[in-house]
Amino acid sequence: MSFEILTFSFMHRALISGIAIAILCSVVGLFLVLRRYSLFGDAIAHSSFGGIALGLLAGVYPLWTAYGVSIAGALIITKIKDRYNISGDASIAVLLSSGIAVGLVIIGLSGGFTIDIFSFLFGSILLVSVDDTILILSLTGIILIVILILYRQILYSTFNEEQAKVSGIPVEKINYLIVFMAGITVVTSIQLVGVLLISALFVIPNVTAIMYGKGFKQTAIISMSFSIFSVIVGILVSYVFDITPAGTIVLMAIGLLAGTMGIKSAGLLSKN
Amino acid sequence: MKIVEINNLTVQYPDVKALDDVSLVVNQGDFLGIIGPNGAGKSTLFASMLGLNTKYKGKIKFFDKDIRKSKNYLKELGYVPQKPIFEKNFPVTVTDVVRMGLRKESDENKIDEILQQLWIHELRNRRIGELSGGQQQRVFIAKALVNNPKILILDEPVTGIDQQSIDLFYSILRELNSKQKITIIWSSHDLDAVNQLANHVACLNRTLFFHGESEKFFSDDKLVKQYSEASMQEHMHHH
Repeated sequence: MSFEILTFSFMHRALISGIAIAILCSVVGLFLVLRRYSLFGDAIAHSSFGGIALGLLAGVYPLWTAYGVSIAGALIITKIKDRYNISGDASIAVLLSSGIAVGLVIIGLSGGFTIDIFSFLFGSILLVSVDDTILILSLTGIILIVILILYRQILYSTFNEEQAKVSGIPVEKINYLIVFMAGITVVTSIQLVGVLLISALFVIPNVTAIMYGKGFKQTAIISMSFSIFSVIVGILVSYVFDITPAGTIVLMAIGLLAGTMGIKSAGLLSKN
Repeated sequence: MKIVEINNLTVQYPDVKALDDVSLVVNQGDFLGIIGPNGAGKSTLFASMLGLNTKYKGKIKFFDKDIRKSKNYLKELGYVPQKPIFEKNFPVTVTDVVRMGLRKESDENKIDEILQQLWIHELRNRRIGELSGGQQQRVFIAKALVNNPKILILDEPVTGIDQQSIDLFYSILRELNSKQKITIIWSSHDLDAVNQLANHVACLNRTLFFHGESEKFFSDDKLVKQYSEASMQEHMHHH
């Protein structure tokens, strides 16, 4: 393996964007996993498919329409879930299938699948532009700052809604905020792993990190480190062997999960 | 000084009247034990006082202010739930949990102080899910106390906890009330414990059929018998 690939500017953009997305997904994903909302990322991603198709049909930059459709879809489904008392997993199924259905109908109307659709389905991290990179970095920065400021409220309402309410935390507003941030995070991450593998980045590093038995901050740091490692190694390995980056990144994360499970079964993880 | 004033509180659920015209005053320094059989409306009463249930008729005032108008009273209140529900592997340590209760980030020292006071300082870096029921309970009391509340509300907090932890828990409550002058409202099944600890008793079975000094209640055999029969009937009913 030659180090020449590290001198390409497209590789710089891919790695910088990839690392930002890795951090973002692991932080937002940790709250989703702890709220038993692991598949919510997947549902938002599928609904973004409808948004992407809409953008391609209308001739607008597809990620903009994807942001609009995903965030609106996520907020509406959360509202419907609370209003009509639908369970979390069922509401995820509704959001997921409506997005794909809308996408398919729009694609049909516009005359069938194009290459563009595939790059959104499976990611295209090596093709990110300078503008994309700036957008990814800005959104990552904004969301991380919001989470840092509201850290206690978000964690408390995730841990126990009722007690958080009694402590005067506006739990419902925090719930919508998380859904809103998840919407932005998913669409931002589409370029890295594509619509189909988003929830892997949300869930796998966090499930792995939780196994180490640490407190909240350490768990978040372990998750971020695993996520960043998977993305960097995944991008480089996939380039060298000319395979898909999205699949490679996710397989790296799964490798870390399997390794952690192995260490844990061998009794090498102390309880404390 | 009146801390809590409840006037004509009625809660109607679709199939049952959970609370019927309950009026109650709690003064500063009171240690009030609320007793009553299962389904007597204790949890509904607490949920209404804590702002979790807003569908009630009547008026609830804390520090002379209607809780429908101001939520500020929650800042002066610590709450320990019956059995806190959380995922067993939720990645938070004892310190993390107590910190959730903290209103100002700057009061970090207060966490260590309260953990020492409740004999759980050596557990501070352990995950909450690894601890025994009694230890978890002390963590939740620490969380409720970390903001120096004026009033502490505890919902049947000894369910499923070993006797040694219960004794420690009772001695902590006694100290909080007598030394730190914290007003305590505590619902319990344990009549003996209420007799020993509380200075006021409220007997609830949808309506309030006694409220006053605990000496008065426990010296009145007729009242105690009436309460025991009511609980026994509930007990039979449940089995």
